[in-house]
Amino acid sequence: MKPETKEPLLELRKVIKSYNGAKPALADVSFSIPNGQFISVIGPSGSGKSTLLRCINRMIEVTSGEIFFDGVMTSRLRKRDLRKLRTKIGMIFQHYNLVDRLTVIENVLHGRLGHKSTMAGVLGRYSPEEKKQAHRIIDMLGLSDQVYKRCDQLSGGQKQRVGIARALVQNPKMILCDEPISSLDPNSSKIIMDHLSGISRDLGITLIVNLHQVNVALKYSDRIIGVNQGEVVYDGPPDELSMTQIADIYGSESRDLIGGLEERRAD
Amino acid sequence: MQTDIFARRRNDRLIFFAVLTGLTVGSVIITQYDVLKGFTSIFKAFVWGITNFYPDADSLKKLPDILSKLWETVLMSIAATSVAAVFAVVLALSGSQTTRISRFFSVVARGIASLFRNIPLVAWAMVLMLAFSQNQLTGYLALFFGSLGFLTRSFIETIDEVSHHAVEALEATGAGYFHIIFQAVLPSSLPQIISWLLFMIDTNIRDATLVGLLTGTGIGFSFDLYYKSMNFHAASLVVMLIVATIIVIETISNRIRKAIM
Repeated sequence: MKPETKEPLLELRKVIKSYNGAKPALADVSFSIPNGQFISVIGPSGSGKSTLLRCINRMIEVTSGEIFFDGVMTSRLRKRDLRKLRTKIGMIFQHYNLVDRLTVIENVLHGRLGHKSTMAGVLGRYSPEEKKQAHRIIDMLGLSDQVYKRCDQLSGGQKQRVGIARALVQNPKMILCDEPISSLDPNSSKIIMDHLSGISRDLGITLIVNLHQVNVALKYSDRIIGVNQGEVVYDGPPDELSMTQIADIYGSESRDLIGGLEERRAD
Repeated sequence: MQTDIFARRRNDRLIFFAVLTGLTVGSVIITQYDVLKGFTSIFKAFVWGITNFYPDADSLKKLPDILSKLWETVLMSIAATSVAAVFAVVLALSGSQTTRISRFFSVVARGIASLFRNIPLVAWAMVLMLAFSQNQLTGYLALFFGSLGFLTRSFIETIDEVSHHAVEALEATGAGYFHIIFQAVLPSSLPQIISWLLFMIDTNIRDATLVGLLTGTGIGFSFDLYYKSMNFHAASLVVMLIVATIIVIETISNRIRKAIM
């Protein structure tokens, strides 16, 4: 199902990002990701997870180092090509980042703007195929009853599904998810994670998900990247992640809270 | 230390009232203001107002004349405000943190807004009168410049507050600058922009009276004319009509606000 490619889809080489002075937000981060993986990035608040994600689609510019996506070195790209790169990378946010006063279908179709001419985009003219595709994705995410509702009338979980639909309608090769479930209750969180998991499995789209919940990361990912103070301290499959390593990622204080994880994983 | 916070709050309050009292008493002494006379004069003014400042049958004959001037003033305010709003949107887009094209344009836009906003309307009217003399255009331009500064400032804040998140999302999809403006920024901030516009129209109708007084046009001029010729009945009619107009406009704009939110 997933295409076999020798070349990794995404590769980071010695990426450094420092905001004026002192401690860099990202210190020498390198890893590569093949097509189709479900990757969770875990780490404490302020560890650089968000910065890492935003460097990949250049919402934040790196200080040094190189990022290759789909065979292209992203830092070289000029305006137009950068837009083209971004159309291939979807993004999902903790606060959904929708235009609340517009309807679900309008927000979803915003995912097509990267492919449109200035005039067509400004006037919001979408082709019948684009609309059909948007409706199909909305159905898939179980929002068919909400299509023409304004987004400020939706629940948090529904809003996040609109966010996912907006990313999917781009036809992306990869989706970056910045703490997609941090503002949601456990029930909606599960629905969102199941959808993301399905997207990775059935559509073969690569996912990089920033998460705060270690148990969620363990359950859903093919691979976990642990970040602390801007450095990658773990990179490997979830079942090789030990208690000590989790304590390394989060600092030893967290041991008590995460404790019990080991037993639960046993069954 | 923790218990001290309450003592400090109490001391802050005492100091505040002491300063306030000091300033009041000080200014009264310096200006030799007679407090007692001041208050009794208010009463006298009321009595004078009730006995002289009311419209009588004679003044009603002036009604068509006053109404046409009032209509002129209302239209001028609306025209000045809405044209200013168009320019203010453009300035605000280049001035806002979220949508600015470059830091340079942002500083320029904010500079223009702040300059226009901080020059009082009366000063605008006086200065423009030198250029355009006593003329409708003078009043129009004075209102236009004042509104431009105020509206730009309010629009900048609205845009930054309302559309930051959605702009980030659309940038990430690869959407272009104008896509983002028309698909995210304007839809998010339009209700508040219209709300500010309506507020500005209210304010400008009130201010147009003052500007008219200076530039010799519109309803302000009518008031001035009747007042100076001691036709207090007609002057009072003008005031009442202005108040009524503002109440009507305010009611309409509240309705519109409710409908668009």
